[in-house]
Amino acid sequence: MLRFDMVGLRYAPVGFMPSVRTGRGGAVFGRGEPGKGDRREEGRRMGRGASPEVLHDITFHLHAGAFRWLLGPSGAGKSSMMRLMYLAVRPTRGRLTLLGTDVTTAPRAALPALRRRIGVVFQDFRLLQHLSAFDNVALPLRLAGRPEGQIRADVTELLKWVGLSRYLHLSPASLSGGEQQRVAIARAVITRPALLLADEPTGNLDDVQAERLMHLFKELNRIGTTVIVATHNEALVARHPAPALRLSEGRLISMDREDRDMRPDAYDLRPVAHE
Amino acid sequence: MPSLAAPPRRDASAVISLRPSGFDELGLRRALSDRMLPLLVAAMTFLAALALAGWFGIAALSRHWREGAGSALTVQVPDAQDKAADGDTTRLAAVLNLLTGTPGVTSAHALTNEELAALLRPWLGNAAASTQLAVPVPAVIAVRLNQPALDVGPMARRLEQAAPGTMVEDHNVWIRRLTLLTRSLQACAGLALVIVAAVAAAVVAVATRAGLTRRREAIEIVHGLGASDSYIAGRFASRVTWLAAAGAAGGGLVALPVLLVLANLAAPFGSQSADLGDWTTALTTVPAAMWASLPCLPVLAAAIGFLTAQGTVRRWLRRLP
Repeated sequence: MLRFDMVGLRYAPVGFMPSVRTGRGGAVFGRGEPGKGDRREEGRRMGRGASPEVLHDITFHLHAGAFRWLLGPSGAGKSSMMRLMYLAVRPTRGRLTLLGTDVTTAPRAALPALRRRIGVVFQDFRLLQHLSAFDNVALPLRLAGRPEGQIRADVTELLKWVGLSRYLHLSPASLSGGEQQRVAIARAVITRPALLLADEPTGNLDDVQAERLMHLFKELNRIGTTVIVATHNEALVARHPAPALRLSEGRLISMDREDRDMRPDAYDLRPVAHE
Repeated sequence: MPSLAAPPRRDASAVISLRPSGFDELGLRRALSDRMLPLLVAAMTFLAALALAGWFGIAALSRHWREGAGSALTVQVPDAQDKAADGDTTRLAAVLNLLTGTPGVTSAHALTNEELAALLRPWLGNAAASTQLAVPVPAVIAVRLNQPALDVGPMARRLEQAAPGTMVEDHNVWIRRLTLLTRSLQACAGLALVIVAAVAAAVVAVATRAGLTRRREAIEIVHGLGASDSYIAGRFASRVTWLAAAGAAGGGLVALPVLLVLANLAAPFGSQSADLGDWTTALTTVPAAMWASLPCLPVLAAAIGFLTAQGTVRRWLRRLP
């Protein structure tokens, strides 16, 4: 389902990246004009004077249907891990297999279909302000080409379930932070993704709403969705004990026993090329 | 589960319709406005229509001249009524005799005074028709050939013997020069068309890039949700195609009256009448090919818009993983 083999990640130097949103909100890596972002050039840029590696030798493996916390202090690399898993970046070394596809070697054209099977709740929501709440949630279904009748039924149902049925037609800008977050969550789960990633999903929610959200995640997990939640909220983790992946300074420092990659050749994978 | 929603506190202006007729997830209606791009494309189409008109006008004119003059000779006989070299007949009659006996000549017709006057009227005015001219005018024989490539050299020598001073004017020299001129003019018109198309493509590319920059965040979100490059490029391309086609249709409509005026002005050169035609004849003097190609301009503009937008967006998207 999800396999990291000695994965390393190094961002291209500032000024060459598409906008990057990470942890504590706001862009850490510049969103200046990226030159021509083809991989050949990226490789050349990696060669000399590249920015430091933010993730080193990440190796673990999750079976389908797992529920994991992703923990670690600020700057430990949680957001970069998430970005790898929702395919906003590709590893610069090692090998990453997602939902049965080796994304380190997969052609670029194979990634959109993969992304449609991954639901993401961003910390800053990333809703489209010019669309209504309904259309924001309907967007993944429309991208997947579902019939409009089914979309209407599913979206109305889900928004009702997250308590937003009265605001279907409103722009996200006119919703409160918690309501926007619920729209973002609805958008992430509307397609019944195989993998659900959430980055600080409870950041804008009060305790009652946060508990509700955790119930939703657990419910999805019970019907087979793999769920990974990155958070700082230790109280939340304490209330919902589950195995955790802990990051520190870009390294995975602890994980559940069953997440260890036990394949005999797992650690023989030497860093490739541009190291 | 119970609803956690806060009580209503919304203002009506924030209301967005539930299902917009055109689902515009990238916000392209604002990012690619319906003002600038259609206006520029309309201007390009106007220029393209003028270049097309030039092309077809020149083609029609040159064809007309070639058909009219390509198989014809003009023979001028000065002092036509004097005795010919053999002494029996007038010089004119001798020349006519020789001409009709030459293989390849289908007819040789000496112009009457009226015909001559009509021919000279553009230069000498009605004076040519009314009375005897002060200057001696040579007799003019219009000769029609059935083989345009006939070498007129030997015939010219025999005519010169029969009536010294007779001049054979071979139209082919002029036809060749005219053909060269019209070819060059047509090449210029064609070049203008190509340049207009290239500028149109550049305008579309710039507008598309501006739209991409303006909608960068929305594109990244939609891309992250699993939209393929072809989906995003298709959204841009359909918007741009529509704008380009609309602009081109507008530009073509504006060009139409201008073309009619030009056709009206050009009519006397394409027909025998020396007067400006009225508007109904102007309609018929515009070559049919021109009428057929005018509606092609919006189609062409749409195609340029589609291809340019597709290319621009796909190239831009390659920066995303």
